[in-house]
Amino acid sequence: MSCKEDRGTVKVVDGKYKPSGKFHYPAPNTPIKDEKGKLLGITNPRDIVHMHSYGGEAIFFESLGKGKLMATKCENPDCETTGSIYMPFRIFCPDCLTRNKVIDITAKAKKNAIVHSFMITERTGAFNTLPTPIKFVNVEFEGVCTILMGALIRGEPKIGMRVVPIFRTKKPDYTILDLLWVPADWPAKDLPEGYTY
Amino acid sequence: MITFSDRQLKIPKMTKPVYLVTAGMSKFARAFPDRKTEEICIDAFTEAANFIDMTPAEMKKYIHTCYYGHFADHFGDQLLGEAAIHDRLGLDPLGNIGVKTGGATGGSTLWEAYKTVASGYSDCTLALGWERMDEVPTDEGNNYISCAADKDWETPMGHIYTGYYAVMAQKYWQVFGKEEESFRRTMAEISVKNHGYGRMNPHAHGGMKITVDDVLNSPIVAHPLRALDCCLMSVGAACGILADEKTAYEMTDNPLRIDLAAGSHTLRAADRRDMEIPLLPNETKDQYRNLDKEFPGGGRYPGFTGFLAARMAAYYAYRMVGIEDPTKDLDLVELHDAFTISDIQTYEDIGIRPYGHGRDYVESGDCYHTNPRTGEPGKLPANLSGGLIGCMHSVGATGIMQVTEVAQHIWNRWGEMHGDEAKWERFGREKPKDWQNLQVKGAKRGLAISHAGVGSHVTCTIVQHPDHVLPGGMFE
Repeated sequence: MSCKEDRGTVKVVDGKYKPSGKFHYPAPNTPIKDEKGKLLGITNPRDIVHMHSYGGEAIFFESLGKGKLMATKCENPDCETTGSIYMPFRIFCPDCLTRNKVIDITAKAKKNAIVHSFMITERTGAFNTLPTPIKFVNVEFEGVCTILMGALIRGEPKIGMRVVPIFRTKKPDYTILDLLWVPADWPAKDLPEGYTY
Repeated sequence: MITFSDRQLKIPKMTKPVYLVTAGMSKFARAFPDRKTEEICIDAFTEAANFIDMTPAEMKKYIHTCYYGHFADHFGDQLLGEAAIHDRLGLDPLGNIGVKTGGATGGSTLWEAYKTVASGYSDCTLALGWERMDEVPTDEGNNYISCAADKDWETPMGHIYTGYYAVMAQKYWQVFGKEEESFRRTMAEISVKNHGYGRMNPHAHGGMKITVDDVLNSPIVAHPLRALDCCLMSVGAACGILADEKTAYEMTDNPLRIDLAAGSHTLRAADRRDMEIPLLPNETKDQYRNLDKEFPGGGRYPGFTGFLAARMAAYYAYRMVGIEDPTKDLDLVELHDAFTISDIQTYEDIGIRPYGHGRDYVESGDCYHTNPRTGEPGKLPANLSGGLIGCMHSVGATGIMQVTEVAQHIWNRWGEMHGDEAKWERFGREKPKDWQNLQVKGAKRGLAISHAGVGSHVTCTIVQHPDHVLPGGMFE
């Protein structure tokens, strides 16, 4: 239905979205009939593109392509949980609602990230781009109060194992998939194409 | 939040008691290629009216406000679907609103209808829920469901919601289940039980006579979960009519008391922070002091092993109605068995067993209609409808189906509503030759848990026979 080569693009000019190119490739409705040929309904195919703002999280997604893992920290001295570090990145502290400070935890993640839990599945939803079986790992970082979910792209997951982040630094697509995980000490020559430590 | 103020922990106190007047359900199925959503909703509405010997037109005369539970507009490909159903039910110009809280949508819809009556805004409200999950291919359906996860941080990873859930199952399996074969078999036993009870329910589309080994040999979805550990994907509708005392007794001689409370927790399991366990009336602080020693890795609360939202829904609801011990004070429960393992987790969240010991509820036989270990009635039968595993999970309807099922036991009409030959025939289903009336004898009080996502929203509904209302509740 869609043609990637001609896919439209979007820019922001003067604070407004400016789509250009072709986004929609109409496809005909087709009838749905039973075994006897009786009409029951129709298919409604269509191709939709959303324009989505990352807002205050944009720095996180932009940093992945530069090989950096950015977290946030509450530095409000009056907050009951001041000093808490959040990964996943939270723009605001969930307790005092002051804007968190963005901090770089790449070195910490490379040194002490471990698997809190994991799962392996062959099943995916439509539009999945990860290879199957998909292996999710929930990654704990020392000193971070939350637990990040990610995909382990090499090796077999186990609770308590050390993992390290890898980043799609060549042609990042600016999604969470620019960040993947591999077991600690995994050889750099065996990383997926485009990814680096 | 990881600490709570007294104001936040205040037990809700309604201004007047609320009654469940009637409830009804459609047939549930994987697909209805020959029926529009309104036809299914009208089936549920008509069953509710007929249950109290009214016509739909007569019952409509009492309704003042309408709540519609419909989780995913994507599935029905219809924004403002509530308006369409409201119009087809002929309920214009009454005020109505849609409710969307994922898997808890049905429970949340009842919650809103309940508060509307309790506040005095309406004498009588309709809570009706449905889901249309058959009109996209399964992989697109999985993609839509995955959109209920965080779109930037989770959804791109596989577009598979089961995966986001399975990491919690894995953690519970390893920490509290200790990866024991016996624990795995206990999980499977829940599936056998619920598929088996589904066979006795003409509304259900997951009834199956299976064994523990069948479950253990079913295809792996995400270890340790296999296909028969997982809930169904369904289409169907359910509805309930709630009213104040005067109106309820004008509509029927047998309304039931109903009360609801709700809790919540993070959309992403990733964002859960460590906190103290909020205690239920049948728990003491000391009992969890050594949880981490007894179950290494189990000290983080709720971590990935508990559902704070379920705990808080029970925290409020038990104190609202005076429940001190759910196993003693209740006669049956309908729990949100999205997966066998989350069923076990919920036993702990709502205090049927302490944290770490949920498996005992199954292994003791307490969760059965008839305890297979003793041959005696189960102490607290669970999911006699078949639950989400054996009956249905038509998301917006599920929480209302659960309450309907609980109520039919308390009305002592479960056998009539599930054994009727004409209903089996109308639904195109064969009544099993070994059909069993699962009516819980003398049922006076029951509970239903409606649960969303990885635990983002949970409601706890308590239904009581008005002659057997517990002491210690909010109206005492």
